[in-house]
Formats: sequence, C-alpha cells, structure tokens
Amino acid sequence: MSFGIPFFPQQASSAAGSVDALFYTLLAFAIALGLSLTFLVVGYAVKYRVGSPAGRTGERARSLPLELTWTIASLVIAFIFFGWGAVLFVRRDHPPPNAIEIAGLGKQWMWEFRHPGGQREINELHVPVGRAVVVSLASQDVIHSFFVPAFRVKQDAVPGRTTHVWFIATEPGRYHLFCAQYCGTQHSEMGGWVTAMAPEQYASWLESQGEGETLAASGEKLFQALGCSGCHGNSSKVRAPSLAGIFGRPVALANQQTVIADERYLRDSILVPNKEIAAGYEPVMPSFDGLVDEGELQMLLAYLKSLSPREPAKNEAVR
Amino acid sequence: MSVSAAAANYLGEGSGPRAWLLTTDHKRVAWLYLVSLTAFFFLGGAFAVLIRIELATPAGDLVSDDVYNRLFSLHGIIMVWFFLVPSIPATLGNFLLPLMIGARDLAFPRLNLASWYVFIFGSFFALFSVVAGGVDTGWTFYTPLSTLYANGFVSSAALGVFIVGFSTIMTGINFIVTVHTLRAPGLTWFRLPIFVWTMYATALVMVLATPVLAASLILIVLERVFGIGIFNPRLGGDPLLFQHLFWFYSHPAVYIMILPGMGVVSEVLPCFSRRPLFGYKAVALSSMAIAVFGFLVWGHHMFVSGQSAYAGVVFSFLSFCVAIPSAIKVFNWSLTLRKGEISFETSMLYALFFLALFTFGGLAGLFLAALAIDEHVHDTYFVVAHFHYIMVGGMVTAYMAGLHFWWPKLTGRMYSETWGRIAATVTFLGFNLTFFPQYVLGFLGMPRRYHTYPPEFQFWHVLSSGGAVVLAIGYLLPLFYLTWSLFRGARAPDNPWQATGLEWQTSSPPPPHNFETMPVVTRPAYAYDMKGLEHERFSPHLEAGQ
Repeated sequence: MSFGIPFFPQQASSAAGSVDALFYTLLAFAIALGLSLTFLVVGYAVKYRVGSPAGRTGERARSLPLELTWTIASLVIAFIFFGWGAVLFVRRDHPPPNAIEIAGLGKQWMWEFRHPGGQREINELHVPVGRAVVVSLASQDVIHSFFVPAFRVKQDAVPGRTTHVWFIATEPGRYHLFCAQYCGTQHSEMGGWVTAMAPEQYASWLESQGEGETLAASGEKLFQALGCSGCHGNSSKVRAPSLAGIFGRPVALANQQTVIADERYLRDSILVPNKEIAAGYEPVMPSFDGLVDEGELQMLLAYLKSLSPREPAKNEAVR
Repeated sequence: MSVSAAAANYLGEGSGPRAWLLTTDHKRVAWLYLVSLTAFFFLGGAFAVLIRIELATPAGDLVSDDVYNRLFSLHGIIMVWFFLVPSIPATLGNFLLPLMIGARDLAFPRLNLASWYVFIFGSFFALFSVVAGGVDTGWTFYTPLSTLYANGFVSSAALGVFIVGFSTIMTGINFIVTVHTLRAPGLTWFRLPIFVWTMYATALVMVLATPVLAASLILIVLERVFGIGIFNPRLGGDPLLFQHLFWFYSHPAVYIMILPGMGVVSEVLPCFSRRPLFGYKAVALSSMAIAVFGFLVWGHHMFVSGQSAYAGVVFSFLSFCVAIPSAIKVFNWSLTLRKGEISFETSMLYALFFLALFTFGGLAGLFLAALAIDEHVHDTYFVVAHFHYIMVGGMVTAYMAGLHFWWPKLTGRMYSETWGRIAATVTFLGFNLTFFPQYVLGFLGMPRRYHTYPPEFQFWHVLSSGGAVVLAIGYLLPLFYLTWSLFRGARAPDNPWQATGLEWQTSSPPPPHNFETMPVVTRPAYAYDMKGLEHERFSPHLEAGQ
C-alpha cells in the first residue's frame, strides 16, 4: 500500500501464499518476455528505420532452428505453468478432514449462512482462524458465486446442485465477500464480510449467537414433518430403503447401474425421485419439489449425512 | 497514378440508393457493411462511455442499477455480434478477398448481398430490445437468469443474435468456396497472403461454431416463452448445459474476432518493413491450428462453475496449447522487422501497437489458463482487461491498421498521415490508460459487472474512466479525417505503399470486376526482397500539390 492506493490483495488464507507465488512467478515471466519483445521490436524499429546505415546483408525470412527453438521453449514453459496451476487447483477437491461444514445459500440478492450449531447469519460469515472450513453452496434462484479475494477462493452456487469451497483462514480480520457471478439487478450489492477470528473468540461468538438446534436436528424434524420417516423409518409398512449410513455408499439401481449416494444423488432423489430408482423398490416416492426450499433441502441433507458414521469412502464428501 | 478513367471504377458504376442497395459487387457490399458496422461501433462505444462515467465514483450516482446492467449487456451484445464478429471479414474481407486472389467477385455474389440484409434484419430485433427497454442478462445470457428471472427484452435480443448468425454463416460459406475455387492461375495455397489464410480459418470457425450458438439461443427463447425446461433443474434440466453450449460457440468466436486482425498485421508489417513475413508457413499453419484448437478449450470459462476439477485440468492443458500458435505468430511478426527498411506510416503504427497490445493481452491469458490463478481472478476485472486487450487492443487496432492500409484502394483517396499518426498514438495511450488499471483491479478482487464498488478501488477506476475519454477521442478522430478525405483527400495512386499483394496491381479504386486482365501469379507472397519492386513510394505532400 502506498498513498492509500492498493496494489496487492490481502493474503489471509492458507492458499493465498501459494497462489500468489504462482501469480508472481508468472508475472515475472510475462514482464521479462514482454520487455524483451518490446526491446527487440523497438530496437529493430530504430536500427532498421528507412535510410539508417545499419547493414542489411544476410537477411533471411525463415530459420528452422530458431522457429523450432521458440516453439519448443513455449511448450515447455506453458506446461510448467499448467502443471503448477493444476496441482494447486485440484486441492479444491480434497478438504482436510474434520473441517467445519457451513451451509451457504445464495439468493437474489443475499448470502445466508448456517453454522453446524444452527447459528444463522446474512451477508456475514464468521470463521475461526487456523481451522478448515467447507462451505457447501446452493442457490435458491440464479447462479451466484462465492468469492473472497483475500482467501483466493471462488465457487459458483448453482441451482439444482450442491457445490463446495474450502479454506483455512490464517489472519484474523474482516474481508470482502462478493458475489462474482452476475445475478441480476442488485448483483453488486450481494456481498458482505467474512470475519476471521481466533478460535476462542469464534467459540464465544458462536455462544453469543445462541445455541440453536443443529442443522441436522432441524433436518430430522423436517424428515418427520414431511412424512419421510413414514416410509424410510424402521417400522414402516411401505417398503422403502433405509437411509441409515446411506451417505457416501454405493447404491445399486434398478437399471443395473451403481451410483455413489453423494449430495447430488440425495438431492435428486428428493426432488426427482423417479430418476434413479434403487434396485428392488417400487417407484412410489412422490416428488418434494416445491414442498422444500433450498434451505430446507440443506437441512435434510445435513440430517441424512449425520446418519453416516464420519468419513465415508474418502473424498466422496466433496464430489 | 493510374490512367484508367475515373468513371471505370466501381464507385462510378451508378449512384443512388438502388445502385448501392441492390448491388452484388463485393466491394459495394463491403461498404454497406462498413457503414452499418461503424454505426454499431459508436453505439456500443457510447454505452461503454456511460459505463465508465458511472464507475468514476464508488456509489451508483449516474444511473440506476437496472440501467447500468442494461448498459453493459447492450455494450457486450452490440460489440460482439454487431461489430467484432463481422468487423474485418465483412468489410475488409469482403472487399479484399477476391482482389487478393485475383477473382472478379466472391463465389456467391447474391448470397453476399443477402448476408447484409439478414444482418440488418437481425439488427432490428437487437435495436428493438435497446429501444423497448433493454436487456439485463449480460452478453452471455446465462441461465436461469436469462430464462426465468431477467425482466428485459431478452427474447428479441436473442432472436436478433440468432438471425445475425445466419449472415455470419453465409459469409463463411462464401469465403470458403471462394478461396477453394477462384484463385488466380499460379496462386497456390502457400502463395496466399496470410490475410487470405486467416479469412479462410475464420470462415471455417464461423460455419462450424455459429450453428451451436443458434441452437443455444433458440433454446433460451423456447425456455423463456414455453418453459420447456432444458436449463431448469426443477424440470430435470441443467443450467450449466447452457454454459457448455454457449462457450462451445463463444470461445471459437473469440478466434473469429482475432484471426482476421492477425491477417491484417501480417500484411502491414512486411509492407512497411520491406521484408517478407518471417516464417510464412508457420504463420499460415498456426492460423489453422488456432481454428482447430479453439474448439477444444471452452471449459476454461467454467473452472469455478461446478464443473469437475479434473475437467478443469484438461481444459487448462488445452488452453495452454492454444497459446502456442499465438506466441509463434508474435515471434514471427517481431522478426519480420529484422534488417528491414522500416517506415512508420499510420497503418504501420497501428500494426505495431497491435503487436504490443495483443502480446499484453495474450500473456494475461496465461494467467487465466492457470487454474489456481483463474479461481482468484475469474469473473473479475482481470478477465475484462484481458479480453479487451485482445478484442479492442488487438482486433480493433488491427481493424484500424487495415482500414488505413487499404483506404486508398477502397476510396481512391489519401488521408492525412499526420492526423492518422496522431489518432493511432492517442488510441494506444488511451487504451492502455483505460484497461491496464483493470488488470490491477482484477487482481485486487474487483468483480466484473458491478454497478457500485468498495471505495478502496476508486483510484484505479478513475484512471480507467479518464483513459476511456482519451480512447474515445482516438476513435472519433478517424471518423472525421477519413470522411474528410473522401471528398478532399489527394487522389491515391494504384499502389501507394509499393505493396506486393494482387489487390495493389489493379487501379485505385478498382474497376467493377477488379482486374482488366486476369492476373497470373509467379511469386510467393511478400516478395519484398525480390527485384522489380523499387518504385517511387507515394509522397502525400507532392500529390496534394503542397
């Protein structure tokens, strides 16, 4: 910072340093190449201007060795930066175990977050420093995008599916939260702040918000209220698959295929139940589309996940 | 100067609306396009100026959020489909392609005229959207915003773009057939000027990609009007499907927009360096490589969309691959200057500025192709700066280079070199002042399409807005001195730059059917190093009688 003019974004997450290392390396390369070309072209333009005394003998309009050299050099450099960027990026799919999972819901034009303990906040997100946080994102209406520049993370929230983004905040502070995907009239107002706090402060903040019921507990109540338990419960008369431990397990389908019961499968099974019928069951389940909104869907999913012992088949949590 | 009588050129062949509006002469159709596209360029530019004035302050004080959203949507829609895509192909390409290959016209002259009428018909739908109350989806029409939530006149804008697509396809087909069938005797593929190669590559992309755009836009309209649900998850559809379809067209469309510019500078740089183009074959083939690879990289617009991270890895890899042919071209253009006799006419200045701006835009593309960096700068001003460096700094600058280079051939008149050089320099400075700060803004995390923004970003926004004013002057100047030259400019000789292309061997302006005698080609393109070309070069001061 100089004279109040910002040049560099704040670094406040575990990813920021490594992303910036790649950024600045690529920047150094781009400046070096850009400057070399500028010197070359300006140099030629001056040296070989009309009427200049520079010698012009021995000029050639092609040179296979030169052309091969720059082609191969470009390829090698491109692949280095490709690999570097890709290695950092695929970490997105692998959040550390025991991350706090916060449900984030985008709707025109606000962000709503619910902590595992049920605490709910709008356009504000409080997270502890030093601990991985997974935000599972859904959208009530159009596509939004969860973007925290200081953390170098971004993920679209897409209607009809659940997406994830994770980060470990490293510096306490307040950071911009933006919606990065154009979402209609008040797109630029759809944002707020992420507050990163020391763990003990986070704990007392959670407490001050009042210990509500957990997301999973809300989900369980919904599960009863919507009548899901009538069929999927243990003492049910209608034959429906038991949902105990379902999350992350393979499910055999009536059409001979097998799918993993991830969030996508569970969500579709609630909203479009006839799409993938579990093998051995009649397609009798009604659709709950229109009966549950995205927020309630997130509660139901939290409940269903809570029926599985921790850590289902590794990595399946974030597919 | 040519002795062929003034009445025997294409401009003298009948005047009045009928002679122009029913013409099948490719040179006159080029003018129809030139006039319409210029109008759209300044309309789209006016929207951009309003956007930049609004963004001079963090608060939304000039226009409301709904109006702001319409401004950037219309700016994008008009600039992409009603200026950039047709710009060089429909104007310079139309005019020059037959001349460059020694043909009397395009293969299908009436189809060529029809393409202009289709273009105008489509533009009525787009203009209706503008007048009726605007479109608020952005030029990308992302679902479900465009299908279920946007309240602007989305359907008519989408239909307008859909219809204009047919004019693009018509032009593409015409160019492909023309290059294949109408080349003069002796004009083998590897003797073609690079401009012809790039027109050919562009035409292939136009014909192959535009139908996909048409399909996705029709689906938008059907979904909006009839609720068919193909992009609606509640009806079993998928909003991301639209992004796949849209970018499957729109990424190749980026190459529709830049390849012709590459063609122009490949003509201009050798001419004013008096050197053959360095690595001719590599430049020709890399145009084709860009056209092919351009179809395989659409997913790099969707790295954070919810697409699988591993799909992202594949698209990132392919995106780095498509950077290679562009890099090769930059090296070749630079080496063309070596050991030349370089002079700095207006079109050469524009071409050199193209080289700089295209390079800076292309290098920024590497950042966006690198997955971890893209996650941070995706949908920020970094992307805005990147594509404006390519589309405006690259394509529009090349368009200006080409317009100045072939203006004597188009009109038979010379313009003021002094004013031309001033305009080129003002444009270059204004462009960098407008868009370089946007790279910084994007890295800082400023999201695009924001009506208001946090105050700490204001310094860079003010620079950018100031630059936009300078840039606007840079674009307005040619409007005046080129128009003035039409009436008062010195008569142009047939070959004022002593260039090698076939188009320079006929008179300025050319006769109605281009050549008095069928040309026969015996040399490679850009034979600036061969004997027999050492004529006097045009001196505007002598010709103007000063």
